[in-house]
Amino acid sequence: MKLEMAENATVWEVFIQSKNGLAHKHVGNVHASDKIMALENARELYTRRNEGSCIWVVKSSEIVSSETEDNEAFFDPSNDKIYRHPTFYTMPEGSKHI
Amino acid sequence: MKEKYFQEQIDAERKVEPKDWMPDDYRKHLIRQMSQHAHSEVIGMQPEGNWITRAPSLRAKMILLAKVQDEAGHGLYLYSATETLGISREELVQQLHEEKAKYSSIFNYPTLSWADMGAIGWLVDGAAIVNQVSLQRTSYGPYSRAMIKICKEESFHQRQGYEIMAEMAKGTAEQKAMAQDALNRFWWPSIMMFGPQDSSSPRTGNAMKWKIKRQTNDELRQSFIDKTVEQAEVIGLTIPDSDLNWNEDRGHYDFGEMDWEEFWNVVNGNGPCNKQRLAHHKKAHDEGEWVRNAAKEYAKKQELVLN
Repeated sequence: MKLEMAENATVWEVFIQSKNGLAHKHVGNVHASDKIMALENARELYTRRNEGSCIWVVKSSEIVSSETEDNEAFFDPSNDKIYRHPTFYTMPEGSKHI
Repeated sequence: MKEKYFQEQIDAERKVEPKDWMPDDYRKHLIRQMSQHAHSEVIGMQPEGNWITRAPSLRAKMILLAKVQDEAGHGLYLYSATETLGISREELVQQLHEEKAKYSSIFNYPTLSWADMGAIGWLVDGAAIVNQVSLQRTSYGPYSRAMIKICKEESFHQRQGYEIMAEMAKGTAEQKAMAQDALNRFWWPSIMMFGPQDSSSPRTGNAMKWKIKRQTNDELRQSFIDKTVEQAEVIGLTIPDSDLNWNEDRGHYDFGEMDWEEFWNVVNGNGPCNKQRLAHHKKAHDEGEWVRNAAKEYAKKQELVLN
């Protein structure tokens, strides 16, 4: 009976938009058995001091993450295209605002 | 090989994240330290909860309620962070109930007068802040992030406590005596919150090598004492230690011997309130069972409706 909740309480990741116009940012997680409870628990836990104008909750089990140990191969495609960076280009002497 | 890479990452001040490889002992050390920290936040609600219904004004009552709610929140941040190490919330609570996990001994002392709310905020939260500020730089990412969040909220706790002490110290002779009495009772347990002296703290070595801890118990304790002495002087209270003296050479205050026999006695379950604190936690947990079950049933029904 003691460990019953372990199978049932769901972990939800919490994302908060600190004010209108900004992106939602991950702040942590909460335990809740349904989505309304997840939102309310997130409000109580993460926005006691006006930290938010909008909250998202997402079941942790729904998040797909890359693996740190694969980082080298996984992010390799972005390493060999230095021409994507503005500093790659030589600007003519005296040119401005570019 | 893996261990060597791990240590190199630590030495380079990189944070360890939940999915990274880590030595078993690193994981174990963190689970022990972080769960003890989480349990302390939660058990810490009890001595203060004791005064909510008897707060001397509406202002004081609202502040105390907000503070106790913050402590619950801090416990939850820390449980979440501990769970990333592969242990469930239920196991953590069970370890507390079976006395396999500890919480800070300071909460095994009773809160006898309103001045104790002042002493707890000023000294106990003050000591906790010194420790937590240092832990913001801990090597385990989720622990570090929890500490950063907690530190932001904690300074109101210390200031409200110091305000209570300051108010009482300039009140009637009786009020001042209550404040001094609270300081007398909470001073030594507060400075012992930092744990045993480095010379007799067996786990300090690994904890420092792995950068779980960034400063030793003695360094943190000294930093707390140095800060607090002047605060006591400002409000006209006396720290109950006749050996307390500014040491010009060290640039720190010297202080007297701590009573480690008492410390270990309380750690080992024989403090004034150990039994009461744990019994209350178990009771609240058991009495909440029907709520957890109802929530679960409701969730199941919602799913049936959706499907």
